[in-house]
Amino acid sequence: MKFLCVECDRQMTFEERQLPGDGTLAAAFRCPKCGRAVALLTNPMETQLVSSLGVKIGGATVPAEPLETIRGMVATGREDAFTEPVGRSDGRTVGLSWSAEAQDRLARVPGFVRGMVKKIYADYAKERGIGEITPAVMDAARSELGLEGM
Amino acid sequence: MPLNIRTYHELTEPDRSGLGEQIATQRRRLAARLAAVGRVVVVMSGKGGVGKSFVTAHLARALARAGRAVGVLDADLNGPTVAGLLEAGTARLVVGEDAVLPATGSDGVRLVSMAQLLADGQPLAFKGPPAESFVWRGAAEAGAIRELLADVAWGPLDVLLLDLPPGMQRFLELCDLLPAPPAVLTVTIPTPESRDAVRRALRAATERRSPLLGVVENMVDGPFAGTAGADLAVEFGVPVLARIPWHPTPDTWAVLAGRLG
Repeated sequence: MKFLCVECDRQMTFEERQLPGDGTLAAAFRCPKCGRAVALLTNPMETQLVSSLGVKIGGATVPAEPLETIRGMVATGREDAFTEPVGRSDGRTVGLSWSAEAQDRLARVPGFVRGMVKKIYADYAKERGIGEITPAVMDAARSELGLEGM
Repeated sequence: MPLNIRTYHELTEPDRSGLGEQIATQRRRLAARLAAVGRVVVVMSGKGGVGKSFVTAHLARALARAGRAVGVLDADLNGPTVAGLLEAGTARLVVGEDAVLPATGSDGVRLVSMAQLLADGQPLAFKGPPAESFVWRGAAEAGAIRELLADVAWGPLDVLLLDLPPGMQRFLELCDLLPAPPAVLTVTIPTPESRDAVRRALRAATERRSPLLGVVENMVDGPFAGTAGADLAVEFGVPVLARIPWHPTPDTWAVLAGRLG
């Protein structure tokens, strides 16, 4: 995608990308000769089409995360479809899991801090090569990390 | 007086978006991920209900039991079933640094399926403007398939089986995505109706220069009458690799696995 300043007969340079809302994607270009700026605005359908291709107008600034499009676009996905790797002492890598009791206990944590608390327990388990978080693991983490009350 | 406008290629300064290069990078990533895969085989049919997923799952298990490293990608995004047949339908996927680890199913078969990613009983739905979904949904599904190939740490495999949905759309997408046209294993049931549908799929595969491995005729001693397997084999000059009875045994699949090499 290129933009031509017709009056100057110069290729315009990409300046910035914005998501101003309403499903709009804005890409701004400026003429290096006369300084005139124009913005390409896509409608929500066009924005979605660009996202579906897994490309970024203006260029990708960071490498894509694994399954980035799927994880970002699927509306009916499982909340617990993905888990973090835990390196066990036997050299194997397994997925971190939560026992039903641990999940129940986590669900009782107030929603506005639940994500943070979950990450604390997950980091604790990963650092120690623990593959499954149970209430006992949560108790140990609270005690060792001084998290009484969480 | 018309404006004097040059062509895209006449504008030679760097295109910072580099959309073409981003697409090329995606393809290189996919090719690199599959570099250690000996053979990519699509299990396809022009028709639904002939048992593609059933054949895929049991063939994968038989190959694994024969000592092969086998992966299965469930490319039927809207009707994923093969993960359930391999007893890993609800397995959670472990996210690594630059790839997701495949789940491990029956007999050690590595697999990834949309069944593992969707909430229980939910259809595959994408975020986005529903009113124009016909415009972008196909691109979103193709993008999902690309990621399931390129962002999964398949590791060294002797064979990666791709279980396709009915029809030819997914096969054509894969031909565009993969570094080389995939080998094709075709599944049919004996009926003339199935033969005619599978013929179209085989012609599409021939046009794309995919190697045709042969035909698997499924449900041969059931209620379906006909000679579709033999007819297709003669027409396309390929072997009938297996005639699968209604109640196959492990030996049935072992023979098929052996014939695939």
